[in-house]
Amino acid sequence: MEEDRNCNCQNNDNMNMQINMNIPVINNSCGCDNNDMTRKEMLKEIKCLKFAVVELALYLDTHPDDTKALCLHNKYSKDLKDLCDKYQKVYGPLTIEYPCNKWRWLEEPWPWEGGVN
Amino acid sequence: MWTYNKVLQYPVNIKTTDPRLAKVIISQYGGPDGELAASLRYLSQRFGMPDQTSKAILNDIGTEELAHLEIVGSIVHQLTKKASIEELEKAGLAPYYTDHGVDVYPVSASGVPFTAAYIAAKGDPIANLQEDLAAEQKARATYEKLIDLCRDNPDVLDPLKFLRQREVVHFQRFGEALRGIQDRLSSQKIYTN
Repeated sequence: MEEDRNCNCQNNDNMNMQINMNIPVINNSCGCDNNDMTRKEMLKEIKCLKFAVVELALYLDTHPDDTKALCLHNKYSKDLKDLCDKYQKVYGPLTIEYPCNKWRWLEEPWPWEGGVN
Repeated sequence: MWTYNKVLQYPVNIKTTDPRLAKVIISQYGGPDGELAASLRYLSQRFGMPDQTSKAILNDIGTEELAHLEIVGSIVHQLTKKASIEELEKAGLAPYYTDHGVDVYPVSASGVPFTAAYIAAKGDPIANLQEDLAAEQKARATYEKLIDLCRDNPDVLDPLKFLRQREVVHFQRFGEALRGIQDRLSSQKIYTN
C-alpha cells in the first residue's frame, strides 16, 4: 500500500484537532454550498481562498511542522478546488487547463481590464 | 512551469482617469524596487540555494511577485486608458506616449527603463537573502511614498495597501529562511578522514 503523505485532516485524530482549532471560515457570507451565490461573490471567494492558500504555503515553507497551518492549507486548498470547479462549469475557464466543448477562454474580459475579475 | 490564472490576486477597479498617478506608480512595475525586479531577483537566486526551505521560499515568493507585477500593470492601465492627449501631456507623459503608446512598459517614476542591474544574484545564500530582506523593505518604503501621493484616490489606495502588506510578510519569511541557513552554518562540524 502506498504511504499517504498528505495531511490526513480527514482522519479521526486530526478531525478532532480541526474541531478544537475552530478553523475560521474565510468569509461568513460565503455560503459555499449556496447555489444562489452570484458570479461576483464566487470570484471574491475564489480570490480569498487563493490568498489564504498562498499565505499558508509561504508560512509552511519556513514552518513545515506546523500541523495547524497544514490543516488550514488542506481545507482551503480543497475549498478552492471545489469552488473553482463550480465556477468554471458555469462561467468558463479560469486557466487553459480547464476542458471546454467550445473555446471559452476568449469570452470573458481580462483581469487587468477591471470589472469582476 | 507556470499556469496563468484569469483573476488578479487582488482586485483593481479604478473609476477615475489620473495619468499623474500612473506616472509614479509605474515605478513599482519597472523601477529599481519594483515587482519585475523582485520576481527576477528571487527566481534567479533560487537555483543556487543550499536547502529546501530557501529554494521553496524564493520560488514561491518569486511567483507571487509576478502576480503583483500584474496588479501594478493593471493600476497603470486603468489610470491611463481613458486619458486624453492633453491629460497625458499635462502629466508629463508625452515622452512615454511617444515611445510606448498605451502599453505598460517597465520604467521607473523618472522614466529610466528597467535594467537587470536592479537585481542581484551573488551566488552566495547569505548575501542573496540579505539583499532580499533589503529589497522587501525598499519596496515597502516605495509603496508608502505612493500611498502618500495617492491619498485622494481610494480605488488606488486599496491595492497599494495590500501590496505594501505583502512586502512585510515576505520580509518575515526571508528572515526565517536566512536564520535557518545561519543556524546550519554555525552548528558544530565534525571532520573525519
